[in-house]
Amino acid sequence: MTMHLKTLSLGLRAGLAFGLLASTAALAEGVDTKRLHPKDVTFSFEGPFGTYDRGALQRGYQVYKEVCAACHAANHLAFHNLSEPGGPGFTEAQAKALAAAAKVPAEPNDKGETTDENGTPLMRPAILADKFPSPFPNEQAARANNGGALPPDLSMIVKAREGGPQYVYSILTGFHEKAPHGFAATEGKYFNPYFEGWNIGMPPPLAANSVTYSDGTKATIEQEAHDVTVFLTWAGEPKMEQRKQMGFGVLIFLVALAGILFAAYRRVWKDAH
Amino acid sequence: MSGPSTYTPKSGLEKWIDARLPLPRLMHDTMQTFPTPRNLNIWYTFGGILTFCLMVQILTGVVLAMHYVANANLAFDSVEAIMRDVNYGWLIRYIHANGASMFFLAVYIHMFRGLYYGSYKAPRELIWIIGVLIYLLMMATAFFGYVLPWGQMSFWGATVITNLFSAIPVIGTHIATWLWGDFSVGDATLNRFFSLHYLLPFIIAAVVGLHIWALHVPGNNNPLGIDVKTPQDTVPFHPYYTVKDAFYLVLFVILFAVFVFYAPNFFGNPDNYQQANPLVTPPDIVPEWYLLPFYAMLRSIPSKLLGVIVMGGAIVTLVFIPWLDTSRVRSNRFRPTMKWLFWFFAAVCVILGYCGAQPVDAAVAGIPLVWVARLATLYYFGFFWVLMPIIGLIETPKKLPASIAQSVLGDAAATPAE
Repeated sequence: MTMHLKTLSLGLRAGLAFGLLASTAALAEGVDTKRLHPKDVTFSFEGPFGTYDRGALQRGYQVYKEVCAACHAANHLAFHNLSEPGGPGFTEAQAKALAAAAKVPAEPNDKGETTDENGTPLMRPAILADKFPSPFPNEQAARANNGGALPPDLSMIVKAREGGPQYVYSILTGFHEKAPHGFAATEGKYFNPYFEGWNIGMPPPLAANSVTYSDGTKATIEQEAHDVTVFLTWAGEPKMEQRKQMGFGVLIFLVALAGILFAAYRRVWKDAH
Repeated sequence: MSGPSTYTPKSGLEKWIDARLPLPRLMHDTMQTFPTPRNLNIWYTFGGILTFCLMVQILTGVVLAMHYVANANLAFDSVEAIMRDVNYGWLIRYIHANGASMFFLAVYIHMFRGLYYGSYKAPRELIWIIGVLIYLLMMATAFFGYVLPWGQMSFWGATVITNLFSAIPVIGTHIATWLWGDFSVGDATLNRFFSLHYLLPFIIAAVVGLHIWALHVPGNNNPLGIDVKTPQDTVPFHPYYTVKDAFYLVLFVILFAVFVFYAPNFFGNPDNYQQANPLVTPPDIVPEWYLLPFYAMLRSIPSKLLGVIVMGGAIVTLVFIPWLDTSRVRSNRFRPTMKWLFWFFAAVCVILGYCGAQPVDAAVAGIPLVWVARLATLYYFGFFWVLMPIIGLIETPKKLPASIAQSVLGDAAATPAE
């Protein structure tokens, strides 16, 4: 029911916005650039028994690594997380190999140097204990390379945005929607109706076949967006499966305890009222 | 704590202890034989629930403090490390964060119960006033605690609230600077808030001790609001109320667990999963839900100083309720007019909370919410300062039952309709 209502209100909203635009096409300033309601996509991790789709997590990690990580950090994630229960389900050996493929700044060598003779920072292959490396050494470097915009850290992006996974998915798939007549993105920005103000600093990150999935899944934009959204949801809430599982046991215990206490309560009060 | 003690030490050891520190006697008299009205309903179980909440917050808080780092550069990451790397850290933090909301949910039910059944009236004025003090301490503790994760809403919430003090003429900005320990909210502020957040719960625990001590002098009020007259009116606290409180406590814990395990961020704000950034102001700075009614009052007043006075006045008003209520009858069950004004007051509090959660310029059905909040604020104060004294004098209460025992055990005709 709520799903229908949501779709309906989205449709109404878009219809209203576009209708309004058609009649006032000349008034570009009159465009209401409030972000659209996120798309109504469903994910396997929703609901009290929902779990992450391991395949989607592994594919999502690939999208993150090959596409997102070029600009976005994910500082709260470590390589050992990749093989932990409730996560993408890589083996420890696989996680070690994924870590070794990444380069992180090396500790000072025996002579106390952190750069080679040319001044290039010394790097070493990452190990399981290392956090994911950041693409830029600092915020200023990140801004300088992205037209002044700061690509946010993605570790908690799903929890840090109103609309959660639906929002992230909508942003990633919202670029190819046609800008309404009368609206033009600011220079250096891109049109995305799911982003507040409709002007987003991020260029469209995904295209069909941006990545080549090893499991044979067809790499459409929707598929890539779905997979990386699942990965980022896990990145923000890595203990979700453990939490829901424990919650189920706790609730069964509490309901049983309540039953016993109710019986005791009735028994004690039998003659008192 | 009051009245003759019924404790008789059984063993030699008990006699020895009783002669030196009568702690077992105290426990026996207050938690076992204490005569309690036999007609207490579900709403009277929230005192015990609140004690449970305080203990949960202290226990989880002590563990969190072992891993938390009170430093503006490290605090946010340390909270995330608790969520990811500390064994069951996610569980402890989600219990603590949701525990604050559950604590306030319980305290609001507890307060409205006291208000409905006239539990603040003589001879229980001090219980009520001490309760208001606990509520105030709770708000301060919750505010300090919300700042600690050092997210965007932590930082900007702290900035907005501490800036309220700058509304005080002449010395206001000096007070704000003194509170911050700097010229803005920063590392010094975070450190002192952590210190106070750790201190205040223990002060709350002590004041709760006074609250319960004061309660055990006249004993519990009850839904009929009439005094206990004969021993038939009461039952011993144990096992009657220990088992009843335990049952309802478990129901409360079920609700608590649903939030912790299945919607742990329901009460949270997404902005607080972004690290504090003094250069980026969030579009809407919203406090936690339990402070929203007061926030709505503050925002509805155009003058900052006046807004602060109104907001403070809303809480200070609570202290005077025992003397503002002129009615001879305690319970609203027997007050046909006041009963409806009470429910309207409860609705107004919810409306104020709703207004506080919306953007300043929001409107519903063409009515600007700022005006809704103004009218609601007017009713809030009018309810206590005008309606309570006047209605108490002009209202004709319904006939009170002869005794609690008669009302509960028999003579159904004497029981008033609900």
